Amino acid sequence: MNSASISIKKTLTKIRAVALVIGLLQLAHFGYAQNALETIQKTKTIKIAIPTDFPPYGFVGLDLQPQGLDVEMAQFIAQKLGVKVELVPVSSPNRVPYLQTKKVDLVISTLGRTPEREKVIDFTHAYAPYYQAVFAPKTLTIKSFNDLAGKTISATRGSLEDTELTKLAPPTAQIKRFEDNSSTVAAFVAGQVQLVATGASVAASMIQKNPQLDAEFKLLIKDSPCFIGVAKGEDALRARVNEVISAANKAGELERLSKKWLSRSTGDLPE
Amino acid sequence: MNVQLDFLTVLEQWPLLITGVSWTLGLTAVSSFFGVLSGLGLAWVQTQDWPIPRGIIKVYVELIRNTPFIVQLFFIFFGLPQLGVHLSAEASSVLAMIINLSAYSTEIVRAGIDSTPAGQVQAAESLGLKPVQIFTHVILPPALFRVWPALVAQIIIVMLGSAVCGQISTEELSYSANLIQSRNFRAFESFIIAAAIYLFLSILIRALLNRLGKNLIFKGLAQNG
Repeated sequence: MNSASISIKKTLTKIRAVALVIGLLQLAHFGYAQNALETIQKTKTIKIAIPTDFPPYGFVGLDLQPQGLDVEMAQFIAQKLGVKVELVPVSSPNRVPYLQTKKVDLVISTLGRTPEREKVIDFTHAYAPYYQAVFAPKTLTIKSFNDLAGKTISATRGSLEDTELTKLAPPTAQIKRFEDNSSTVAAFVAGQVQLVATGASVAASMIQKNPQLDAEFKLLIKDSPCFIGVAKGEDALRARVNEVISAANKAGELERLSKKWLSRSTGDLPE
Repeated sequence: MNVQLDFLTVLEQWPLLITGVSWTLGLTAVSSFFGVLSGLGLAWVQTQDWPIPRGIIKVYVELIRNTPFIVQLFFIFFGLPQLGVHLSAEASSVLAMIINLSAYSTEIVRAGIDSTPAGQVQAAESLGLKPVQIFTHVILPPALFRVWPALVAQIIIVMLGSAVCGQISTEELSYSANLIQSRNFRAFESFIIAAAIYLFLSILIRALLNRLGKNLIFKGLAQNG
């Protein structure tokens, strides 16, 4: 054998190897990507990522069981799909990676739809409101942003609440800016400010822990509803979950969840 | 490395910076005056033969000197409301700074008093001066003269320490710098400018207080020793 034929043979082997790898990759791709819904139906279980540190959306109750709006939504979807639910607790930063690496089928974890996230995962319709708002004791009458004139309001510096409220509130409103959510809430709880501007989850846990404040929702600053995250390309699963959400919305099921956990209507949920 | 500095977007917010400088200077002026004054009083008590007040002052000085300023500040702003005492962010800041400076200046002035030779006091006593006269005319002037640089340094430290008052929403200079950088994300430039202003203020206050000491308080003392 001359050196030329050896070289050709080597090249052929290489091509075959590359083709095999490509084939395997494609196989793996198909075996994975299109089948999430089928796998769920076959195994009769769906893995859903939920928060456990984000009341009232997801938190651990006194009985050590996860509960909250997101948790109930996860159980609801599993029930509608007729499968068992396996709840996977995730933290805020690892919600998306869990989905990307297929450790879970769905992420129901107060996930907002952002352009950055849309590049790596897909979203279903919105299922619950999330919002930043102004909260104050029931005795204080606040009907519009103009009523904030002359009032003191605490907000976390640089947060969405801070920047939006600075635009919306009259100039005589005193926005007291703090370093983090806990200081912002502490200033309100200590009575150092009359109102507090913060996210729905922070406010809910504040009200829950300090019933003596008798605080309630006053003004909406901004809506940023929660969506369910689905891995990119899982269109069958996404379509099925969207059906469930739309039906639940029509049946008033989403409204009931929102009223129960957030004491507020869902408002218009975007699709 | 190619760093693009954009000081203009920070300096555009000059009204915020002016507010910040005013608050920093105002807090420092008020707390220095009352802090040093109360330090003088407490140091005088320390020279007296009153064990109970002396003990209380000792505990106060140790408590303040061995706890962080920010904790003292948070205690006043977030803690006292639980006891029904509501002080605004600004009042809490100034009170915390007075309490803090007062403790340090008590110790500084006491050190100055300790270094006054006992012979001078005995000489004043034998001349028939009253104890208060002895303190204000014989003990205090040379004592203050000796510790003046330390006192000025402590006032500067308190001014720089006022940077944490922004944590309870007092609108001093660091608060302004933080607010600016959270609006335009120019953190590097904001804090460079804030640092430059602090440096300028420190040099200014030090020069001012040294001059004040030389021309008013210790006039003639420097030559006579």
